[in-house]
Amino acid sequence: MRVRVRVNGAWRTAEVWPGASLLALLRDALGLCGSKNACEQGECGSCSVWLDGELVCACLVLAAQADGREVRTVEGLTTGEDLHPVQRAFVEAGAVQCGFCTPGFVVAVVDLLSRDPDPDEPRIREALSGNLCRCTGYQKILDAVRLAASKLGGSSP
Amino acid sequence: MLRLPPFTYLAPRTLEQAVGQIGEAGPEGMLVAGGTDLYPNMKRRQFEPKVLVGLRGIRDLGRISGTPAQGLAIGACATLAQVASHPAVAEGYRALALAAGAVSTPPLRNMGTLGGNLCLDTRCNYYNQTYHWRKSIGFCMKKDGDICLVAPGSPRCWALSSTDAAPAAIALGARVRLVGAGGERVVSAADLYRDDGMRYLSKAPDEILVDVILPPADGWRSTYWKLRRRGSFDFPILGVAVALRSGPGGVIEDARIVLGAVASRPVVATRAAGLVMGQRLTADLIGRVAQAASEPAKPLDNADLTIGYRKRMARVYVERALRELAGLPYDGAPGGAR
Ligand SMILES: Cc1cc2nc3c(=O)[nH]c(=O)nc-3n(C[C@H](O)[C@H](O)[C@H](O)COP(=O)(O)OP(=O)(O)OC[C@H]3O[C@@H](n4cnc5c(N)ncnc54)[C@H](O)[C@@H]3O)c2cc1C
Ligand code: SF4
Ligand code: FES
Ligand code: FES
Repeated sequence: MRVRVRVNGAWRTAEVWPGASLLALLRDALGLCGSKNACEQGECGSCSVWLDGELVCACLVLAAQADGREVRTVEGLTTGEDLHPVQRAFVEAGAVQCGFCTPGFVVAVVDLLSRDPDPDEPRIREALSGNLCRCTGYQKILDAVRLAASKLGGSSP
Repeated sequence: MLRLPPFTYLAPRTLEQAVGQIGEAGPEGMLVAGGTDLYPNMKRRQFEPKVLVGLRGIRDLGRISGTPAQGLAIGACATLAQVASHPAVAEGYRALALAAGAVSTPPLRNMGTLGGNLCLDTRCNYYNQTYHWRKSIGFCMKKDGDICLVAPGSPRCWALSSTDAAPAAIALGARVRLVGAGGERVVSAADLYRDDGMRYLSKAPDEILVDVILPPADGWRSTYWKLRRRGSFDFPILGVAVALRSGPGGVIEDARIVLGAVASRPVVATRAAGLVMGQRLTADLIGRVAQAASEPAKPLDNADLTIGYRKRMARVYVERALRELAGLPYDGAPGGAR
């Protein structure tokens, strides 16, 4: 079947089978491999994207359900070589090890800071509670969120 | 890789269309809302429907209307995130807001719906596994096999009701509106469930849960406590919903205590609730009520953590929930926090 989705501002069309997930559409059909494919069952958050402005797990959305809708992925955060402030904060805080979970965390942090520019610790933990990281032990990811908040103008150090 | 089995996806725009389509599909058809329960199950081959009727495109099913004073109607396709953050739910039906907010994870709560949560498939360690896992260990009667692996001599399946919202909805006296080919009916949330891990809902497969109707909240206060290993992702291994209506001088005029994840259906602790009727909540009375409420909880070895611990925690969590509502000091925190 044919689906038409607005991805990071541009309408894209692709031919997929009815059981294809939005994640498969993005990665396999459109070549956007930023969103990662790990558990395929909602257990890790590494596939997170925005669908009509809401963060969802792309592995559990049908491509067909995204037809005619607006999708924003981690690739849509920046243009060219420049990193988004949240991405820069992850690099500077040492919050990236193998990096597999990073795109999912980055979009979750961007989503959080867009709603709450200066989140306290419980709020950060709650917002990131849908993302798993096997490497970092999370401390440096929390540091990265605070750093990103300050880069973006919130008052945290 | 986990792939969905082949199916045709239908996206009706109206409830009438959906009723027609699911009726026409017969036993080959299934309803889907957020898909956060059904799609993982389909990927693991617990279900292989040929036709899926998606409900999210039906506008009217997403509405939340009314007030705590008049009562509230929550459309089945309202997302858990919407239910958890809705001011009227938080004000009048706190147990439901806490329960919805304690389900799974933030992105899944943007996808999962209240109706899907109430119709959630029952769960068991021997069932919620991939096809290959189940094949290796030997299939059980809930899917593909003919015995129960938890209780091998048992003629029935003991998979657990693991929905967070159901105990809260029952404690709040909710009713659900069901629409099918035969028309519309309204049943109490408690009557939606059967004590059977396989046929766990009393509704027909082609009946659509349309909305959840909450009575006026006058004088009721409620809470929901959830036990699980991690503070996120995990299904409840115990849920405790308590709702109390108190009169002058703090005398309890009505009470409901409901336990989740201890049986194939939510368990209404009627006798325990009876103990507080006409009484003031003291620490001593709360201890006795909690003991009585935990008695019907008979966990089997088919969920996370040990049976003994889960059984003990039923008493502890009912006690904490009641102490919270009584304004007494308590350990832990309501909702899904740890
Ligand atoms: C990692 C993970 C963690 C989770 N943790 C929890 C948890 O802690 N607690 C919890 O309760 N759930 C949990 N869930 C399950 C699920 O996300 C939620 O229960 C969610 O609310 C289900 O809603 P849905 O709309 O996605 O349901 P769907 O998957 O769309 O449907 C679930 C079932 O309900 C039926 N159905 C859906 N809507 C209707 C309707 N309107 N009328 C009739 N039948 C209908 C479907 O046919 C299907 O059988 C978890 C899921 C995952 C993947
Ligand atoms: S309780 Fe028994 S029959 Fe039911 S899912 Fe578990 S092993 Fe299978
Ligand atoms: S790949 Fe989607 S949540 Fe893990
Ligand atoms: S950096 Fe490796 S999983 Fe997070």
